[in-house]
Amino acid sequence: MALEYQNIFTQVQVQGPAEMGMPVEAGWNSDRVGTPSFSKLAGWFGNAQLGPIHLGFFGVISLIAFALWFFIVGLNFWIQVDFNPARFLKELFYLSLDPPAEEYGLGMAPLMEGGWWVISSVFLLVAVLAWWARSYSRARALGMGYHVCWAFASAIWLFLVLGLIRPLMMGSWAEAVPYGIFPHLDWTNNFSLTYGNLFYNPFHALSIVFLYGSTLLFAMHGATILAVTRVGGDREVEQILDRGTASERAGLFWRWTMGFNATMEGIHRWAWWFAVLCTLTGGIGILLTGTVVDNWYEWAVDHGYGPVYTDDIELPGING
Amino acid sequence: MALLSFERKYRVRGGTLVGGSLFDFWVGPFYVGFFGVVGMFFTLLGVALIFYGAAIGPTWNPWLISIYPPKVEAGLAMMPLNEGGLWQIITICALGSFGCWALREVEICNKLGMGYHVPFAFSVAILAYATLVVIRPVWMGAWGYAFPYGIWTHLDWVSNVGYNYGNFHYNPAHMIAVSLFFTTTLALALHGSLILSATNPSEKEVRTPDHEDTYFRDFIGYSVGPLGIHRLGLLLALNAGLWSAICIVITGTLWEDQWVYWWDWYLNLPFWADL
Repeated sequence: MALEYQNIFTQVQVQGPAEMGMPVEAGWNSDRVGTPSFSKLAGWFGNAQLGPIHLGFFGVISLIAFALWFFIVGLNFWIQVDFNPARFLKELFYLSLDPPAEEYGLGMAPLMEGGWWVISSVFLLVAVLAWWARSYSRARALGMGYHVCWAFASAIWLFLVLGLIRPLMMGSWAEAVPYGIFPHLDWTNNFSLTYGNLFYNPFHALSIVFLYGSTLLFAMHGATILAVTRVGGDREVEQILDRGTASERAGLFWRWTMGFNATMEGIHRWAWWFAVLCTLTGGIGILLTGTVVDNWYEWAVDHGYGPVYTDDIELPGING
Repeated sequence: MALLSFERKYRVRGGTLVGGSLFDFWVGPFYVGFFGVVGMFFTLLGVALIFYGAAIGPTWNPWLISIYPPKVEAGLAMMPLNEGGLWQIITICALGSFGCWALREVEICNKLGMGYHVPFAFSVAILAYATLVVIRPVWMGAWGYAFPYGIWTHLDWVSNVGYNYGNFHYNPAHMIAVSLFFTTTLALALHGSLILSATNPSEKEVRTPDHEDTYFRDFIGYSVGPLGIHRLGLLLALNAGLWSAICIVITGTLWEDQWVYWWDWYLNLPFWADL
């Protein structure tokens, strides 16, 4: 099939006056700021227009709170390198703002011993929750459903489990994740080692399934829609309301391939649930770790599904 | 006949790559084609061999059944069935089956007048699998470096390989791959949500694509648009698979040490090494 049917990038960019946005429902804030500009580069890929943006009460709160979290974390990094710019750049990935040590429990710690971590975490929490309120207010203002808000809430659930709920249940802020590039990776690594390999945690397994499943689904969905853009498949809402040949071909492709197909609306429900369940099950898995289950490998062996390796079987991957 | 109301007019002859119209038919909802027949051969043989491997193995517990590759000492030799030979033939069957599936998708694309995006995307996944079970083991000189086929044994393989190389979190290609998996899932959540929220509105009539664009411009200042999001999603997803393949194929081949030490080049840059 001819290459121009593959629709790899937008070959002809049409530019009219900037879209300033649809009117909002009565009583909702319609403020939009910024003069829209156009990016030729973005236009090859998707929409060329950048901006305008709605700030609003919650947007401003969120940006200020996030900036404060970022500033506090950054300031602690600078203090750790004695305000030496070269050391800052050299050690940036290794620097860490750690939560208070075990002995402070859920109490406040001196600023330089985790106090800053607690204060900055409050700002991060405010920033995230205000951004959630924003996802709600914009959906309401435009008369749309609240699907983004609920999906975002699922991600916030995992964030809350890691930084708030599980530390509360364990009785110490020391359980929470440090702020730093390598340090948060080390935390993840040690968390798995401490609790007997998180691979044996069934909720971790579900979370990974939904993470990989989401990636698989987006590859399948993105590819399918691009493959039928020649007949208007990217106009999804229109295809949902009034099924056209694009929907029919897209559906039949999967029906003929694997005996089953979603509908144009249904594929977005599959997508939504896979993505939402990734963080939902992940949060459950983290919350159970150390609170209900201390060693996932032993738990798996006790429940009849963990392997017990004997001398005659080589441990998989042990020699690389 | 398993036909949808609109299906008959799409069931046309032609578009096959191999076999002309010999295998150009459907069974129930499934299109067959030359690659359907050959792929079925590989699939049935592979699955039968897995059952055979389970039968001569120590357990029927589905979590614990495992088909092991040959031991590392065997190098790249063909092995007897019960010393890794099963794994070798099953791997050939898997690659044959996956390849046939992709080519069957190409034939279906031809019939429906669609672009080749799906078979192309699937071939990236096949490449990632081939990287794990063929490219890297051959590069390292032994089939024993591939992963075993078992629910728990393959996870243990991932775990042990990760720790052998001093924490895969420090592997820069692994970092990129994980970030891409997370980003793809985030983008999928946002795309699914946006379409559902436009078609299932809180107010009155169904919303338009202009509402979708407005929502995202209001929310984050940019909307990639109804066409662009599918390019973005496909690009992110394919790169997640591609960088996963890269992160494992460079491990034990180009980089044989602990990954945590890879970053020493940055710490040892001449202008700040002594700081």
